[in-house]
Amino acid sequence: MIHPLPPGTRDVLPTEMRELRALSDRLRVSFERAGYGEVWTPLVEYEETLRRGDDRAARAGVYRMFDDRGRVLVLRSDMTVSIARLVSSRYGGVQPPVRLSYLAHSYRAVERGRGQAREFLQGGVELIGPAGAEGDAEVVTLVLGALEEAGLRRHRIGVGDGALVRGLLAELEVPEARRDTLLEHLSRRDLVALEVDAEELGLSPSARDLLVSVPTLRGGPEVLDRAEGPVARSAEGLRALYELLAQTGAAERTIFDLGLVRELGYYTGAVFEIYDPAVGFTLGGGGRYDDLLGRYGTPLPACGIALDIQRVHAAQAAEERLA
Amino acid sequence: MSTALATPESGRGALTLAVPRGALFEETLDLLDGLGVATAEVRGSPRRLLFSGPDLGGGVERIVTMRPSDVPTYVEHGAADLGITGKDVLLESPSREVYELLDLRYGGCTMVVAARAGDDALEESLRRLGVGRVATKYPTIAARHFAATGRQAEIVEVKGSVELAPLTGLVDVIVDLTATGKTLVENGLEVREEIVRSTARLIANPVAHKLKAAAIDGLVSRLREHG
Repeated sequence: MIHPLPPGTRDVLPTEMRELRALSDRLRVSFERAGYGEVWTPLVEYEETLRRGDDRAARAGVYRMFDDRGRVLVLRSDMTVSIARLVSSRYGGVQPPVRLSYLAHSYRAVERGRGQAREFLQGGVELIGPAGAEGDAEVVTLVLGALEEAGLRRHRIGVGDGALVRGLLAELEVPEARRDTLLEHLSRRDLVALEVDAEELGLSPSARDLLVSVPTLRGGPEVLDRAEGPVARSAEGLRALYELLAQTGAAERTIFDLGLVRELGYYTGAVFEIYDPAVGFTLGGGGRYDDLLGRYGTPLPACGIALDIQRVHAAQAAEERLA
Repeated sequence: MSTALATPESGRGALTLAVPRGALFEETLDLLDGLGVATAEVRGSPRRLLFSGPDLGGGVERIVTMRPSDVPTYVEHGAADLGITGKDVLLESPSREVYELLDLRYGGCTMVVAARAGDDALEESLRRLGVGRVATKYPTIAARHFAATGRQAEIVEVKGSVELAPLTGLVDVIVDLTATGKTLVENGLEVREEIVRSTARLIANPVAHKLKAAAIDGLVSRLREHG
């Protein structure tokens, strides 16, 4: 008998479940050992509460419903916003840093028929309190180490600056009305459209070249030296992070990517994406979000990374096949 | 971290390239020849799909051939690092997560609205019925074009020769790709509106774009010099 499931959801049978559980457990142990206590938040939240943190995160939710009083509930699309709410509600009087981890499902709208999940299990960490490169380095080192303990060997982290592109467009005095289109090209890395639009803007040749080159600036620390003009400031911040990562040994897995633009809007500093050469998709990501907690009344800098457990599992399997 | 690692693969990794069979095939292979990629085997084997060697030249390790509309699928999933396909294909599947690196400028053609020469079936339908009927192999592009121009349209997706649809009264107009307009004319059709120009594009898998940065940038800069 065929009984349909909602699109983007699926069953997990014992063999896969055993492996997913083993992977989750290893990540959980790594996070706990580093002092990141595990928390749990409700799967449903008031849409209004999520919107206060990040409008795009609230809109990314795919399942909405009314409760018995007519309020709009949404299945969370992301754990970070819920954790910002939790820290603000429960850790008001606590001296930072606060270190938290989670292993939980989120739900996000994904186009049908793409074989991509709408329900996905994330394991992640959030470090609240430490600002700048020091906090970033702790989180990056922890997650890379946890993946290694979980059996990955070839994983890499892409590191960019989530504030760079917006700042650059402002600095180059690109008219307000054109910025969203350019941001869209940059985030999709449609370099052809970017080049055409940059040409039309009537920027100086050097400004145009700078804008067009940003999405191609990626690689080892040497790309930081290639950054010019306003981009050099971002590179400076990333170099500080690189030096800390060099001390922890995480630098060898780091790829700087100055064109990295994350989908969610709350990032204010470093942004991250996790890759493995064995698979063509990202395994997770995150970044620094220094303004998000303030929107819930507790202005504290923070930084986090979330891993998509099923994707990490797929990468594990692919690495084993290649080995 | 305990394992000793080489420096991050700043990307000397050899590349897998998805090449479209069909209208773009010959010019794509000519382009690859110009980059020093060995294509003789690909040219000589119309039914073989996968060609690999330790080094086919030009940083390419493997060539996989497929219909153009499959190229973004293989590249998105990382089964190929790079691919070449028409802009029309990319516009038809806008949600595919691939990077568009370069306009290769060949394979030029235009997406058009075409109708039977001299008839006003579309205007008539819009005026009297409120909805036009449109046959196409490109439902996304067609729907977007009619929405953007403020007209309601019922999109009829066909797989084969779309020129037949208005001739038999199935639809009022068609949306299709045309290079020379010959097929349209031979079937008594004429171009009514130009939607968008299309050329061949180089696309990349987002992860490969970072992990094989040097190899990809090398290929892109040689392609730019060539163009």
